[in-house]
Amino acid sequence: MDRRTFLKSSAAAVGGVAAPAVWSPSKAQSRQETLLIVSESGPNNLDIHGVGTNVPGYEVSWNCYDRLISHEMKTGPNGAPYYDRDKFKPELAEDMNVGDMSATFKLRKNAKFQDGSPVTARDVKWSLDRAVSVGGFPTFQMKAGSLEKPEQFVVVDDQTIRVDFIRKDKLTIPDLAVIVPCIVNSELVKKNANPKDPWGLEYTKLNTAGSGAYKVTRWTPGTEVVLERNEQWASGPMPKVRRIIWRMIPSAGNRRALLERGDADISYDQPNKDFAELKGNNKLRIISTPYSNGIQYIGMNVKIAPFDNVKVRQAVAYALPYQKIMDAVLFGLAEPMFGAKAGSPLEVKWPQPHQYNSDLAKARQLLAEAGYPNGFETTLSFDLGFAGINEPLCILVQESLALIGIKTTINKVPGANWRTELNKKTMPLFTNVFSGWLDYPEYFFFWCYDGQNSVFNTMSYQSKQIDGYIEAARVAAANNDTAAYDKSVKDFVGLAFTDIPRIPMFQPYVNVAMQKNVDGYQYWFHRRLDYRALTKS
Amino acid sequence: MLTMIARRMMLAIPSIVGVIVVTFLLTRVLPGDTAAYFAGPAASAQAVEEVRVKLGLDQSIPVQFASYVGDLLRGDLGASLTTGRPVVTELAARLPASTELTLAALLLSLVIAVPLGIIAAVRNDSWVDHFTRIFTTAGVSLPVFFTGLLFVYVFYFLLGWAPAPLGRLDVFYSSPPEWTGFFLIDSLVAREWETFRAALAQLALPTITLAVFSLAPIARITRASMLNVLASDFVRTARAAGLSGGTVVMRYAFRNALLPVITTLGMVFSFLLGANVLVEKVFAWPGVGSYAVEALLASDYAPVQGFVLVMAILYVLVNLAIDLLYGVVDPRMKVEG
Repeated sequence: MDRRTFLKSSAAAVGGVAAPAVWSPSKAQSRQETLLIVSESGPNNLDIHGVGTNVPGYEVSWNCYDRLISHEMKTGPNGAPYYDRDKFKPELAEDMNVGDMSATFKLRKNAKFQDGSPVTARDVKWSLDRAVSVGGFPTFQMKAGSLEKPEQFVVVDDQTIRVDFIRKDKLTIPDLAVIVPCIVNSELVKKNANPKDPWGLEYTKLNTAGSGAYKVTRWTPGTEVVLERNEQWASGPMPKVRRIIWRMIPSAGNRRALLERGDADISYDQPNKDFAELKGNNKLRIISTPYSNGIQYIGMNVKIAPFDNVKVRQAVAYALPYQKIMDAVLFGLAEPMFGAKAGSPLEVKWPQPHQYNSDLAKARQLLAEAGYPNGFETTLSFDLGFAGINEPLCILVQESLALIGIKTTINKVPGANWRTELNKKTMPLFTNVFSGWLDYPEYFFFWCYDGQNSVFNTMSYQSKQIDGYIEAARVAAANNDTAAYDKSVKDFVGLAFTDIPRIPMFQPYVNVAMQKNVDGYQYWFHRRLDYRALTKS
Repeated sequence: MLTMIARRMMLAIPSIVGVIVVTFLLTRVLPGDTAAYFAGPAASAQAVEEVRVKLGLDQSIPVQFASYVGDLLRGDLGASLTTGRPVVTELAARLPASTELTLAALLLSLVIAVPLGIIAAVRNDSWVDHFTRIFTTAGVSLPVFFTGLLFVYVFYFLLGWAPAPLGRLDVFYSSPPEWTGFFLIDSLVAREWETFRAALAQLALPTITLAVFSLAPIARITRASMLNVLASDFVRTARAAGLSGGTVVMRYAFRNALLPVITTLGMVFSFLLGANVLVEKVFAWPGVGSYAVEALLASDYAPVQGFVLVMAILYVLVNLAIDLLYGVVDPRMKVEG
């Protein structure tokens, strides 16, 4: 029985009190062309350049704005479409010419913003200037690709824009294909800007002003976002779905019920247990993809005794209940990052499994060698914002560490407070996730292990040796020196494993559940939905 | 009458001032750094400071308080950082959703609990009395989110009688032209019968969930108060005078038993507004409760302060309404302010 007949019959069954009246034909039509997405939380800002835009906000930006370039698709590890890190395709630009120290982009002549005005090189320059100038996350992300100053973006003519490089950096071009360098309708936004808000952030917070495939037509924060297809979209094949209704349903149980009853078309961020069960009953299409360049780990602050001792860190690495966590916490929905065969060579990739495994005897021995035969006491912290995974995980870790004498008190940190705590770098032992949009090992290590001590180097790890390897890999990548690059990657991965300031446990999965008649899901580095490719039959 | 209302309002001012001061201080001492939260995961210490200055959080507490009170006097409750909108607009948009749900639940609960209470009193110690006791106790002892989820599971997931728990309206209906903000009333005014049905259908389960929770106090107080009155002299006289059972119970006894019931109603209304928070979460109801909780989790001060303030004002108004009702029900209760 499909949804409509079901609704009709149930409406009849209860005399039309509980269920809405029979659908009028036009409503049935719009159901066919509309996709209902449910998720726990929604955007707080429609513009990724805004102050404190949350991750759901990125999804809106991705679908409502175009970038100069985007990625091609390939087949992913699970057989589903997966973005191709190395292949770029034009989006707003119809042609890209990368030179030694600059790249030139020619814009599509027929590209128009959603208000009908043409997209010009001046809009592109204004938008990229905005991204490197507003501060906060967008500016930080641009910097990751050596895009730092407005002078780097040069208008050649109405249809041509040149991006000058300040240094050779392999990540510059990929960084132009992430969500941040989106092209904004500069005339429209300038009209709505004021001296206190020169970039018009207040306007774009509530309105989409792009040339993208969708536009937001209604937004009730915390309740729903409605997006309509932009019929004038010129930067790709016309999307199949005319309307997206994205509702925020806080209760995971209800999201699952909506899916199973066929009322919602797509849901993500369900608990792993739900996905494991839904996979079993085969009524829905479930796609699980490992986070690209992402790992959940146990971190140890190497500035705080006893974790300044490498033997203690190794002892902890041998004492973690890896497999139990995989089974009981993740229901198998993750990629194990432990237990590589002893003596197997390192690979030139990241993430990759390390050779530690649960081996309590070895852990006890290492702990004794380090001078803590009876263990010690410490606290284990986690982010309550992700308590679904973190809480059971930490309890298992606590139990397991107790077996080698390490007594831990669990410290639950509220989501709002977690980043502050990470920034302070005073937590001795904690679990956390990091994943990078740009899928390059040296990118991950630059943020997480380098001596510049960024927020993500949560362990305060300082090693001149690893800094050298990371720098060598960056230089080799910029100069296309494969042999030197491969050696440097193996060097820093190897050192990260022997020194083990953070213990990788698993690569989490992005799980998306959808009805069988919904197709076209693509995995993107940002892990959000791309509405443009979705279809509903 | 009017002077009495004015006097009552004056009396409420100190408590509202107290609420303003306490919520302001409470939100400031909460753990969690707003600036760090909104600067995002990748922020450097400098970026966090920039955000802090932008939000005015670098100022001392008294200065922040002064500017907060100044804004308040102009009717500006500040802007929410999580939703990016002014708190006043958000509360105005969400309050009708919460009050519609609460009033509907209160009404349903009255319709069930008062007759139950009366029968339980009249047929004291009969099976009806025991049934009432068990039923209402069970209702109040189950947490609302549990009853809510259970109802969704049974009536939506298993039986399919209720519509999807998607908030106030199914996604394919647009809300009726706004007049009161109560969808039931607005759709009737606009003569959109289909929308009325859809809104009623969405309202049914959350209303029942809340009503079940609030049956107990109303039914128990009705019963106790009725028992008291039924044992009094004038009821015995009335019976002795040969009046029919119905007249005695409804006309003489019930009217005299009504005062405590009304007092309880005020209290029940207040705690239903609180219980709403959980029901709103379960049914994705876009009310003020879920708004405040989300803001609290993100250390977003302005909505929390606005919410508490609005609730305080609402309580004052409800209490006032109840006092006025006393006078109507029992002319002996001349309210002296």
